[in-house]
Amino acid sequence: MEETRKGTPASEATPAAPEPCGRREFIADAVRIGGGAFAILAGADALGAEPDKYDWDAHRWAYLIDTQKCIGCGSCVRACKAENGVPDGYFRTWVERYQVSPEASHVDSPNGGMHGFPAVKTAFEPTKAFFVPKLCNHCKETPCVQVCPVGASYRTRDGAILVDGERCIGCGYCVQACPYGSRFISPVTHTAEKCTWCYHRITKGMKPACVEVCPTSARQFGDMKREDDPVRLAIAHGRVNVLQPHLLTEPQAYYLNLDKEVR
Amino acid sequence: MPEITGFAFPNDIHVTWSLMIVMYPYITGFVAGSFIVTALYHLFGKDELRPVARLALAASFCFLLIAGLPLQLHLGHWERGFTVMVTPNFSSAMAVFGILYSFYLVVVALEVWFIYRKEIIETARQSRGLKRTFYAALALGTYDTSPAALEIDHRAIKLLSAIGLPSACMLHGYVGFIFGGIKANPWWSTPLMPIIFLLSAAVSGIALLVLIYQIKCKLGRKAIERETVQSLVRWLWFFLIITVTLELLEIIMLAYENSEEWHIISPLLTTRLQFSFLSVQMIIGSLIPFILLFIIVTMNRYLHDRVRNTLAVIASLLLLVQVFSMRWNVVIGGQLLSKSFRGLRSTYEPHLFEKEGILTALVLFVAPFVLLYVFDRILPIDAPPGVHAPEEPVSEAGVSPGTA
Repeated sequence: MEETRKGTPASEATPAAPEPCGRREFIADAVRIGGGAFAILAGADALGAEPDKYDWDAHRWAYLIDTQKCIGCGSCVRACKAENGVPDGYFRTWVERYQVSPEASHVDSPNGGMHGFPAVKTAFEPTKAFFVPKLCNHCKETPCVQVCPVGASYRTRDGAILVDGERCIGCGYCVQACPYGSRFISPVTHTAEKCTWCYHRITKGMKPACVEVCPTSARQFGDMKREDDPVRLAIAHGRVNVLQPHLLTEPQAYYLNLDKEVR
Repeated sequence: MPEITGFAFPNDIHVTWSLMIVMYPYITGFVAGSFIVTALYHLFGKDELRPVARLALAASFCFLLIAGLPLQLHLGHWERGFTVMVTPNFSSAMAVFGILYSFYLVVVALEVWFIYRKEIIETARQSRGLKRTFYAALALGTYDTSPAALEIDHRAIKLLSAIGLPSACMLHGYVGFIFGGIKANPWWSTPLMPIIFLLSAAVSGIALLVLIYQIKCKLGRKAIERETVQSLVRWLWFFLIITVTLELLEIIMLAYENSEEWHIISPLLTTRLQFSFLSVQMIIGSLIPFILLFIIVTMNRYLHDRVRNTLAVIASLLLLVQVFSMRWNVVIGGQLLSKSFRGLRSTYEPHLFEKEGILTALVLFVAPFVLLYVFDRILPIDAPPGVHAPEEPVSEAGVSPGTA
């Protein structure tokens, strides 16, 4: 800092007298600047981003959930609602609470866990309790894409399952076919909607909103094509599980410390 | 908000497939069932079904014209519905709908045309003005009623019946497949589903014919053919027995295996579907008609025609209720259980006035009968006396309940 200040020949700089600016020139400059600003706002972003354009062949996304870390705060559910404008009463992600004893179990998810979990008295004495965040599993062999009669549901090359809202006819077959209850017909758009892993964010190098806000890193998002990705390492070396593995849908949302009570 | 017992996935509390999706297999069932009756006459030489053969074909045609409507009404974007036909995704069972539906529609329309061709030409010849133009247009430019041409008609009818029967079975079996192929849903996912759908379609189709045949005879002050009613009733009994056996087998199998699925299906049947499944589908809809038909079939000789006809009508009415409740229990029942296998939602109650509500369903059910009336006005279902219809069957004695 000092160096730079020293090197700056401040004294030598004789402020040039401001040249008088004619009305004509002023208007011409204003138009030029205005046009430039407009160009930046409209399209310069895309032009500027050209060198590091998103390459979907360079990634294969995966999601990792550590159920032991989830504290049931519901930030993820709120973030998802805010980020994606999810209609009330419908969920792209939610959190389930399990209260379990060797004899009985009690599961709930009041309003998807959006506002946390008020204490409940169960009829039995729970010996363990935990939260399980849920979202679309972005299955490799997904029944929802299989059953879509018009091909509006599809799997991107980087591994996300998306719905083309302009093609979807709203038949609801995918909603029925999803074993995880991840899809719904939006009362607003009348098309199928679901978690997109915040595709609009991940293609810009950001994390999904739910991962971004998770205070305990219970939710993690990673790239299976990056050798040193922590999510890839955890899946490659840790003991992971997926939901309803017997259905052979090959979910790409993996779970650490998954209890047998969770379906 | 629906009431939830246990735990349901938060998105599972919505019933996505409404009353319209109950109506769709119900209406398609009549299409397939009626066609089976036509085929019994045209293909299997069941001469005693001659008085209902044309009626059955006309009913199949009219119900077919309406069959696609409940689906359209249900779509979130009906204006995109045609894309199922234009750009189908063939990995989806639903994408086959367009092909099956249009193919079958063409087959039935052609069969109707060949059966009525001679009458259309004769009507055109005997009338004047607009009526003549209309029937001339229906004749599609050929006015050949020579014996050779009629022989071709006869062969075409046989061939179309032979193609139509498997098509009708496929069309309805496919509806069952839509449900049976959903591995996520334990109440739907069974290979028996298409078979149950198909057999119950036969039940509903034949029951419908028993009803409209008798009503038609009463309205037209014509005698109800004893042989026809007897034959229809035998077939009805036969299909009812197989259908209910399979429906029960599927559930008993689940219970006997005591599989994971049973732990949610058992409470579903005994709580949410207690009325619509146990009381309506099984007792009122199956057991009582079974006994009534049993009486008609086994005590046939001792029954007065009037008693037989009345019993047949009561049994048929109950069977129409049975098949509707079966569709309801499958379509709606499957959505009352959550895929969490831990919870059930309260029963879905459609409203009277809504897009997919009760009134729409009633209109959809009545519409084919209105079409049938119009059909009868244009192409009389009863062959005019003296007119030798080209659809004479080849008498082939086959062993079947119909001739027993």
